[in-house]
Amino acid sequence: MQARKKYVLLGLCTFCWLVLFYFGRGVQLPVRLLRMLTGQQGEVVRPWPNWTDRAFLPCYAHLNELQTDPGTSESPRQRRQAWSVIYKDSRCRMETCFDFSRCRRRGREGFRVYVYPSEKNERVSESYKKILTSIAESRYYTSDPREACLFVLGIDTLDRDQLSGQFVPNVDERIRGYPLWNDGRNHLIFNLYSGTWPNYTEDLGFNIGQAILARASLNTEHFRPGFDISIPLFSKDHPQKGGERGWLVRNTTPPRRKYLLMFKGKRYLTGIGSDTRNALHHIHNGKDIVSLTTCRHGKDWEKHKDARCDHDNLEYERFDYQELLHNSTFCLVPRGRRLGSFRFLESLQAACIPVLLSNGWELPFSDVIQWNQAVIEGDERLLLQVPSTVRAVASERVLALRQRTQILWEAYFSSVDKIVVTTLEIIKDRVFSHTSRNKYMWNALPGGLLVLPEYSTHLAHFPFYYLGLGISPNQEFTAIIHAVSPLVSQSQPIMKLLQVVSKSKYCSQIIILWNSEKAPPSRSKWPPMPVPLTVTDGKRKTTSRFLPHVAIETDAVLSLDEDTVLLTSEVCIQQACRLVHVVLGGCLVPPSVCHLHRYYHYLFSHYLPQSLRTIVDHTSNCEDILMNFLVSAVTRLPPIKVAQRKQYKELPSPQATKNVPWANPEHFNQRQECINTFANWFGYMPLVHSQFRLDPVLFKDQVSVLRKKYKDLEKA
Amino acid sequence: MYASGKYSSRGPALIPRMKTKHRIYYITLFSVVLFGLIATGMFQFWPHSIESTADWTVDKRSVHDAPLMRLQVSSPIPERGDLSCRMHTCFDVYRCGYNPKNRIKVYIYPLQRFVDELGVPISSTGLSREYNDLLSAISDSDFYTDDVNRACLFVPSTDVLNQNSLRIRETAQALAMLPRWNKGMNHLLFNMLPGGPPDYNTALDVPRDRALLAGGGFSTWTYRQGYDVSIPVYSPLSADVELPERQPGPRRYFILSSQTAIHREYRAELERLKEENGEALLLLDKCSNLSHGAASARKRCYKGQVYDYPQILQESSFCVVLRGARLGQAALSDVLQAGCVPVILADSYILPFSEVLDWKRASVVIPEEKLSEMYTILKSIPHRQVEEMQRQARWFWEAYFSSMKAIGLTTLQIINDRIYPYAAQTYEQWNNPTVVKWSSVNSPLFLPLIPPRAPGFTAVVLTYDRVDSLFRVITEISKVPSLAKLLVVWNNQNKSPPEESLWPKVGVPLKVVRTKENKLSNRFFPYDEIETEAVLAIDDDIIMLTSDELQFGYEVWREFPDRLVGYPGRLHLWDHEMGKWKYESEWTNEVSMVLTGAAFYHKYFNYLYTYKMPGDIKNWVDAHMNCEDIAMNFLVANITGKAPIKVTPRKKFKCPECTAIDGLSLDQTHMVERSECINKFASVFGTMPLKVVEHRADPVLYKDDFPEKLKSFPNIGSL
Repeated sequence: MQARKKYVLLGLCTFCWLVLFYFGRGVQLPVRLLRMLTGQQGEVVRPWPNWTDRAFLPCYAHLNELQTDPGTSESPRQRRQAWSVIYKDSRCRMETCFDFSRCRRRGREGFRVYVYPSEKNERVSESYKKILTSIAESRYYTSDPREACLFVLGIDTLDRDQLSGQFVPNVDERIRGYPLWNDGRNHLIFNLYSGTWPNYTEDLGFNIGQAILARASLNTEHFRPGFDISIPLFSKDHPQKGGERGWLVRNTTPPRRKYLLMFKGKRYLTGIGSDTRNALHHIHNGKDIVSLTTCRHGKDWEKHKDARCDHDNLEYERFDYQELLHNSTFCLVPRGRRLGSFRFLESLQAACIPVLLSNGWELPFSDVIQWNQAVIEGDERLLLQVPSTVRAVASERVLALRQRTQILWEAYFSSVDKIVVTTLEIIKDRVFSHTSRNKYMWNALPGGLLVLPEYSTHLAHFPFYYLGLGISPNQEFTAIIHAVSPLVSQSQPIMKLLQVVSKSKYCSQIIILWNSEKAPPSRSKWPPMPVPLTVTDGKRKTTSRFLPHVAIETDAVLSLDEDTVLLTSEVCIQQACRLVHVVLGGCLVPPSVCHLHRYYHYLFSHYLPQSLRTIVDHTSNCEDILMNFLVSAVTRLPPIKVAQRKQYKELPSPQATKNVPWANPEHFNQRQECINTFANWFGYMPLVHSQFRLDPVLFKDQVSVLRKKYKDLEKA
Repeated sequence: MYASGKYSSRGPALIPRMKTKHRIYYITLFSVVLFGLIATGMFQFWPHSIESTADWTVDKRSVHDAPLMRLQVSSPIPERGDLSCRMHTCFDVYRCGYNPKNRIKVYIYPLQRFVDELGVPISSTGLSREYNDLLSAISDSDFYTDDVNRACLFVPSTDVLNQNSLRIRETAQALAMLPRWNKGMNHLLFNMLPGGPPDYNTALDVPRDRALLAGGGFSTWTYRQGYDVSIPVYSPLSADVELPERQPGPRRYFILSSQTAIHREYRAELERLKEENGEALLLLDKCSNLSHGAASARKRCYKGQVYDYPQILQESSFCVVLRGARLGQAALSDVLQAGCVPVILADSYILPFSEVLDWKRASVVIPEEKLSEMYTILKSIPHRQVEEMQRQARWFWEAYFSSMKAIGLTTLQIINDRIYPYAAQTYEQWNNPTVVKWSSVNSPLFLPLIPPRAPGFTAVVLTYDRVDSLFRVITEISKVPSLAKLLVVWNNQNKSPPEESLWPKVGVPLKVVRTKENKLSNRFFPYDEIETEAVLAIDDDIIMLTSDELQFGYEVWREFPDRLVGYPGRLHLWDHEMGKWKYESEWTNEVSMVLTGAAFYHKYFNYLYTYKMPGDIKNWVDAHMNCEDIAMNFLVANITGKAPIKVTPRKKFKCPECTAIDGLSLDQTHMVERSECINKFASVFGTMPLKVVEHRADPVLYKDDFPEKLKSFPNIGSL
């Protein structure tokens, strides 16, 4: 009994000790005790020490060493010449492998692209035909090789897989025969597929020399930065022009869709790329993550078939790819045999945020596009982390990523035309680096293709960036009056119009565009104006009203017909809502009164092809429709109608009625025809419907007219 | 209690029975336990003081106390850097792992002094002040970890900033000796002056296996894109000289060249430019009469005239930064600090932090070949752009060049962005100066969309107990063609909503949500029941809106899905006498708010209102039972930078059986309170986000002389 108690007590004590040791971090006690007794410090866990003598530490380099660079005796000119010999082929850069002197003339005129004519019975694939057509229709095309800055082969180089039916043999011999080949200098080679089973190397099967490569599935290792261009892989059904819009029509809240993450595609049982594809089924949970693979592809899949195949194939059939695309928040885009896959563009269009699993893939147009704002760049090695990663993406970010996929899709990828033109513009930006777009222009709405750096390189000069830069547009505007009839009396409509416009406090200058057959009257014939008045010759072209006159000094431009009847307050209210539409970039219907940012004038004459402007000049009609097409194509928004108007024109005298264009049924037909022609060039119908107009806040309200700011509108 | 009593009653009986031998034994045992307790207790409370004293002694350490490491001649040398290295091939990403903060962990090796077998140090300078600053900054940042096993990135304490002071082979051996070197995986080296005579390589010559290199002066052939980081060459001048920020604008000189070691070929070219353009150019060189030393580094001369450097840089719009033997120049840092736009002539140079910084907005890069065209090129840049570039240049310096800390942490952030790309900083965060970040707006709904009509809208009716009026509102709204669902927010906790059978029969689903508290913010909660994007917030007394007006409001909202589209409009005005904002509900020609007693808006704003409303605005609204609509107007205007849209003419918002908005608004105290709200919210937002507009939206054919039957929305504006 005694012994038992003793042991119980002893046991209790030991237990107490242990507990105390454990909770009281007594374990460290001996160490601490030791340290305290010996008065010594061990290696202390502490950030980088504050050295006592840090003030006496030497500088990493003396000022003199930094400022008086040792210098080399080598002449810079010689060095540059030596470079072009050393840095060739796989080490090509624009400085060493591109002949800038071929593009010597500045701006648009200097950048000309020549396409080699295709030989007879040349086999050219559907996709390559589209590429060549896009170049031929672009504003950089030239048929004269002497003025060309860039050359594109007529030989189809898209598919360099020797097993493919599209493969073109003997390219090497043929290009060597070209007198202009010049070892590939200033040549651009398009390629979608390279290499073949089983390794899919990036070898093209011919020596590209110093040519720029625009290629899909580019590997960062072989990519020559600042020289090659990565393009997306697109299918042969990719539209030539226009292209489908993105699928995102509304921003649902909360932004997550039915499925979190999806993949549906092939599983490679062997060969390159099989590592990633073989692992994809691990993350499938059948609920919010659907990752389906099938072995059923190729001729002899059953030979390599493994235990999973049958089960997977069954599961695979259960889900529809299109349905998954529409209903997933994220879409896996793993590498296939090659680094890029069709899936990339498909999910981009579907607003299904791509989750990339393709290590070493140089993303399409990576020179200019900030991809981390639109996709999730995963790592093949971390596949199993992908579910938790995408789960952790916050709602706001999902919303932003998703909208950005749509911006990029519509700006650069929705048609072959856009892909090709983007490639050309990137090269042009390199050649004329002083009139080139910055990254902001490439990534903000409406996208780099609609920003012409020849107009300006300054962000605030464009109508798109006010909000993003936190600046507000200038209040003033320039009035352009389109005059067609000779000046005979002081009571002509144009005189009244001048009075009205000049009274507006925001009007800073008036430009009269003289398009009459008679010579413009002398300056003294015009009434004295409180603002500068300029008369310019429109050379009797209808398009001249939308030309980017150098005389325009303000951002906003009010375009008027000479016979427009306008009230001062209308000018004002248009001014007031200018903020709305300058931000939106909208044009105002009816056409005879149109408020615009002057950048649209520039686009009208430099972005649109000459052929469309010629139609307008020939028919003296449709210039307003064309402008509306343009603005809607840029903004994706409808124009804004301002204030109620029954009649904008002077009533024509009865005998003049037959001269008035819209009394003529021919005029109407012409406009119908115009719409068709324009829509054809744009590749789609950009015009958007709108249901409202803007009125002054108190318009026609039952309150005293005295309280209203725009009194004369009430009478109308 | 009972048990212990029983026990103690037994106690006395127990002890006397014990033998003395045992008693002594127990007493010793208890005292040992007691001592143990006290000792443990003491150490529980002491540790902090122990550690801090240890720290004090550590801070007394000198660099020269660092342990000495002797290198063997035969110790291994790493391989030369592999040019094909990329993050996915040469970087062990498993070390970084997944973590909720998306932050990489950086370990710094303790300082060691390496010497060769003869005792000669591997570096002539040892640890430099700059490298010490850099490592201190890293160790003070939240990247730092002291746990070598948890680290994702390792920074050696061996200073390789300046290759000139290094013995290449020995330095490489020293690196290879690091305990976690492992072929240089996940190691980061900082170098600013690479290469040596005669050919001056553009990357550090020290063999370094797979280590990442943060280098100043990379060329496009040595820079491994997406792996290395290009950093600036730090200018020690910037720590000594304070150049106050100058307003952007035209300067005395147009172009300034202040470098002293310019190749004579280029100097001749510059002289030629100077001859052509005269006073616009200032071409400085070192002063011949000054002896070498720190003083000469701070002076520049032109024809005997002496100028202070770097102050003179502030007198020019553009400053030339030419390459020397090396591509990276410390002058770039000086130029940026002065707010002068650098004109960079260094072919193939990878600009500092070019992975994230948009240099086109802060500098002009001209091919060396085109030096002679420099003047024309610079003249073609619009004035306003030059001003923006000046501001941008200064911002780049402040944020990324000004100190070793800035340089080091920016480098780590760039690597961090690569490892956690889904949490990477945006272009705007990297490139927008603080001023722009403040004034710009990044709307969460930035894609221009016109959502389809079909999903319709959900009407959210906030009600307390006015059942009759509520039923009338429901009946009215149910006539609107695009109504998809009705959601009644029942804010009365004391009373249950009427039975289902009593509710008016409507053609759309009707849901009643009962709230836990009578709060105004309940109306803006993002209920799961709201399945449409469009929400119509409506009070239970707004019965005067016609079905046409509501439908038209919805159509207008579709064209402006990122705005508030409402019926009664209000205005904020600046009261000059009182010096504060005032709320205005009179007949005004302008509108800056719409009442949410009847307004369409995007459901996302419900989410923002509930979870992202700045400051204590939400509580203020709930406490005052007022101004929830003003708060919503502030929120939307602030985040989108756009004004609300008032639709249709003004109506007398009055009904016989209820207190209408207008009736209530006329109440003086109510008005005062709402003015107070505006002032309060403006101070919380730190700005006045509301935008004033002079227009409202009407149907295209409103009041037009046109048959009513043919109009889409005939019944508008009728009382």
